[in-house]
Amino acid sequence: MTLTQPTALPATDPNDWRDAVYEVLRAHAIRQVVYVPDSGHSRLIDRCHADADMHAVVLTTEEEGVAHLSGAWLGGDRGVMLMQSSGVGNCVNMFSLLTACRLPFVTLITMRGEWGEFNPWQVHMGQATPDALKLSGLVVHRVDDPDSVAETVESALRLAFDGSIGVAVLLSQRLIGRKDFTGGG
Amino acid sequence: MSTSPQLDRRAAVACLLADRRDLLVVSGLGSATYDCAAAGDDPRNFYLWGAMGAAAPLALGLALAQPDKPVLGITGDGEMLMGLGSLATIGAQAPANLAIVVLDNEAYGETGAQPTATAHGADLTAIARACGMNAVDEITEMAGVEALAARLHAGGGPLFAAIKIAPGEAERVLPSRDGAYLRSRFREAVLGQAP
Repeated sequence: MTLTQPTALPATDPNDWRDAVYEVLRAHAIRQVVYVPDSGHSRLIDRCHADADMHAVVLTTEEEGVAHLSGAWLGGDRGVMLMQSSGVGNCVNMFSLLTACRLPFVTLITMRGEWGEFNPWQVHMGQATPDALKLSGLVVHRVDDPDSVAETVESALRLAFDGSIGVAVLLSQRLIGRKDFTGGG
Repeated sequence: MSTSPQLDRRAAVACLLADRRDLLVVSGLGSATYDCAAAGDDPRNFYLWGAMGAAAPLALGLALAQPDKPVLGITGDGEMLMGLGSLATIGAQAPANLAIVVLDNEAYGETGAQPTATAHGADLTAIARACGMNAVDEITEMAGVEALAARLHAGGGPLFAAIKIAPGEAERVLPSRDGAYLRSRFREAVLGQAP
């Protein structure tokens, strides 16, 4: 596959973990990137949209993405889903597709409701996210350290597509940076 | 209230699949899956037995991966209503090779024929059209089904069609429920490789 850089964006920065994730996705021939946006994913989303080798598809709800990537893989395309932790709850029954059909699946999840969260409405689902994923049959990798993100995503892709397994990578709120709309109070 | 349902679901699906050529099919759980099996099992049918709401978005992912082959997502009104948001996603992506066909009997047929929202006037064709899909007018005659069958192979999607079918259950024709088998044989048939 060609490794042409998208022209509309600056060159990727190898020291930025978000750009490193993008390069890993390219190296693993990821063709479809589906997402419900999160600010923590925005740089990666922009890069995927600018990449002529990728379909970047915005969803109306995360459960669509589980079905979408199942269809993509049936047609020979590898994909990943980007979402935030609140979206995991929307996916629970749809995750049965993955186990019933033994399908590979990778999702990169930005965490809310943990490290210094200002919004209590995010806390319940954020705290339930790892267990909800495990109960749904997915393998869960968690990353706190920026230097470990790319290798964790790469490991997840190998586990998923070599072994037909569902894998979630949790990008912790400490890694992403806490969100605060309260004026810093 | 829309036109009263009248077409025979098995005859309609058999007509859509009679000359399928390289058509790839995703069927929604329940009667749509049985209808596709009754029309003749084929490894290029991916039958859903659960994951309600998955038929349309799964067909979209497949259509983007296989742009040179026509893809048909066929499902019931209840299953479509659970995944309505996917029509907006499909309209935005606009794959020319995708068609979504809803067999609309205005009822949840598997669970005792409770009325769906289409029985109360929800208009799936208008919704799909408003999402940017190329929606044909609601189909109430077999001639419309025959015209639709030809359009499945003509590009020009994303196509949407609701076929008004008669209430009542047809004999259950059950394909394999083994999802791993269904996905492996589909990949082998379409990609020529065992996963």
